[in-house]
Amino acid sequence: MNTPATAPSIPPNARPRLPRGVRLVHNEAQGGWVLLAPERVFKADQIAAEIVKRCTGEASFEAIVNDLAVTFAAPRERVETDVATLLRGLADKKLLDL
Amino acid sequence: MMTNGYAVPSPKPLHNPLGLLAELTHRCPLGCPYCSNPLALDRREDELDAATWARVFREAAGLGVLQVHLSGGEPASRRDLVDVMAAARDAGLYTNLITSGVGVTDQRLRELADAGLDHVQISIQDSEPKSSDLIAGYEGAYARKRGLAVAVVALRLPLTVNIVIHRANIGRIDELVAMALDMGALRVEIAHVQYYGWALKNRAALMPTRQQVEEAVARIEPLRKQHHSRIVIDAVVPDYYARFPKPCVGGWGRRSLNVTPAGRVLPCHAAESIAGLEFWSVKDHSLREIWECNPAFNAFRGTSFLPEPCQSCERRDIDFGGCRCQAFALTGDARATDPVCHLSPQHHVVEEQAAVREDATYVYRRL
Repeated sequence: MNTPATAPSIPPNARPRLPRGVRLVHNEAQGGWVLLAPERVFKADQIAAEIVKRCTGEASFEAIVNDLAVTFAAPRERVETDVATLLRGLADKKLLDL
Repeated sequence: MMTNGYAVPSPKPLHNPLGLLAELTHRCPLGCPYCSNPLALDRREDELDAATWARVFREAAGLGVLQVHLSGGEPASRRDLVDVMAAARDAGLYTNLITSGVGVTDQRLRELADAGLDHVQISIQDSEPKSSDLIAGYEGAYARKRGLAVAVVALRLPLTVNIVIHRANIGRIDELVAMALDMGALRVEIAHVQYYGWALKNRAALMPTRQQVEEAVARIEPLRKQHHSRIVIDAVVPDYYARFPKPCVGGWGRRSLNVTPAGRVLPCHAAESIAGLEFWSVKDHSLREIWECNPAFNAFRGTSFLPEPCQSCERRDIDFGGCRCQAFALTGDARATDPVCHLSPQHHVVEEQAAVREDATYVYRRL
């Protein structure tokens, strides 16, 4: 779906974090993880939630990708593409600081 | 079961509400002629106290509500605003302060930020200071709004700027977006007037022409491209010139609820304009009881009440036949197809009303 050639590139040492006003919360009544933002609510699937949970401003992009690849026993290249695509999309919507 | 002539469909399966609009007070220093508050405003002595709001927020969180919009009137007209906001935060809710920008001191803003306020929305009336103050009916409001925006950004709180669009400012969409960027907003709402409450009263003075609307709407996409990743531009479409109606509040009694300053619970802020509905109060019932059992909430839930052409329309489950308040205001029947829809047999009413434009002075919104 996303080839590395078209995936957005994120510097390995970037330390993504949710800005003030964006929060990831778990809510039973709404059926799982949701990302809360100004006037907006996004449902986060399990994978998106696992990625966003790691965006604390402490872990680097590289470390997040490594962690996820190990945790989910997935090919690193594929994980990097997926994570970069999600994070760039969130950043464009002002939901993430890179 | 019937309530005042409206059949009540079976109330299951119910959705969980996502958002709560908390109208903390109807008091406001401004007098914007498009105010969405009802013409009959709640009095100060009838306002819920902070302890009751705290209970409402806990009950809302239990119902699945994620975000609370602290609004009014001007919420800062309440001296206990910080306590009320903190109670919402304690209940686990995402807190959004919707303010005119007049009445929030820097000190109070700091207290709100320290207590966990998540987001601030400031409304501003125009990019021209004089015009902005004239629309607000308040000399010096523009400067105070700009001042508050500086304080919000300095505290690193995310800022949305809301601009209501009508005949007096519709030619300045580019300037309005540029102003929002200059204020440091991450998000700007270009919201064409929706004609309820005071706006309906001032409709002829606010209504733009079709050409003005088309030019304004055509600016949005180029501006989004131009400012991509710098600011999010959200646009609320101008109802009267639309082809299809909006899915108002995501469907009646489906995704959101509204609590008035005196504690009445409504599916949307304009719902009391529909005659024949009885709304319950948080003073007498829990929020869950109201959400699940108040006949007024069940009156237009789902789509089974809708007539043709909605019933067989492929958009039936997209827009739910549009807005019940608008259907009532323009046709006298809250079950009718929203006449904004070009398929409505009464669409001509909207076209006729959009053609009524008078350069009358505004009837300012006053308590």
